[in-house]
Amino acid sequence: MVTTVLFFLLAGLAISCAGLTVYYRNPLYSALSLIGVFISLSVLYLTLAAPFIAITQILVYAGAIMVLVIFVIMLLNLDEEKPLNRLRHLYAIGGGLGLAMLAQAFFIFYAVLKTPKHVVDTESNVGSTMSIGTHMYTEYLLPVEIVGVMLLMAIIGAVMLVRKDTNASIEAAAEKETND
Amino acid sequence: MEPGLENYLALSGILFAIGAVGVVYKRNAIGMFMCIELMLNAVNLSFVAFSRYYADVTGQLFVFMVMAVAACEAAVGLGIIIAFFRNRISVDVDDASILKH
Repeated sequence: MVTTVLFFLLAGLAISCAGLTVYYRNPLYSALSLIGVFISLSVLYLTLAAPFIAITQILVYAGAIMVLVIFVIMLLNLDEEKPLNRLRHLYAIGGGLGLAMLAQAFFIFYAVLKTPKHVVDTESNVGSTMSIGTHMYTEYLLPVEIVGVMLLMAIIGAVMLVRKDTNASIEAAAEKETND
Repeated sequence: MEPGLENYLALSGILFAIGAVGVVYKRNAIGMFMCIELMLNAVNLSFVAFSRYYADVTGQLFVFMVMAVAACEAAVGLGIIIAFFRNRISVDVDDASILKH
């Protein structure tokens, strides 16, 4: 019973924060309401007996990604975005897309509602850090290693993207090296 | 008593729809970026819900992978936004039309 009340409270909070993220024109307000979505999803993960994912959600999303986003917003000193003056047909496209996706969501709701109930095994320790770690380093070792390589590539890519060296200075450095 | 799987999937679908509409509506690149994060989170919620209702740890492992992808996306995406801002003094995606003419 408590879980049900909590679910509807958090679902309402998540949906309204997500709506505000899209609604606000000031990117900083958008970012702050997105943090509200992340925190309510994190508590939902706790009610789904997934404490490891809940903590990782706070650490990675609210702690790392959103700090980076807010840092960039502050660094670039962004103004409020201008209202849509051209490309007005985007309102129609976006509204149509949203309605189609909402229809899909409710179709899934009814389809799952109609299927026979699956008995939930509340005694299982599926969400524990121990069981996630055991599976991660045995059964899913290769995907974890691929993720590691991907993170390394992302770091190198990000550094290459934002470095200030122009082509001229790179060529000068190469020339200096060949002369040495 | 717990809310059924269908409730979580409906919430996930609604959040995904809001994120998709946001990507179309938003004019600045950082806003679009945040809406993509919202869509990734909606998918994570349905992974965790399935993991709970079928008592299978795979769903939670793949949430972990999605989070790693989101972190990579944040690093590279914000790098691209900063590089774009240096050239154009704007993050409006309408200004990224240099290939158009």
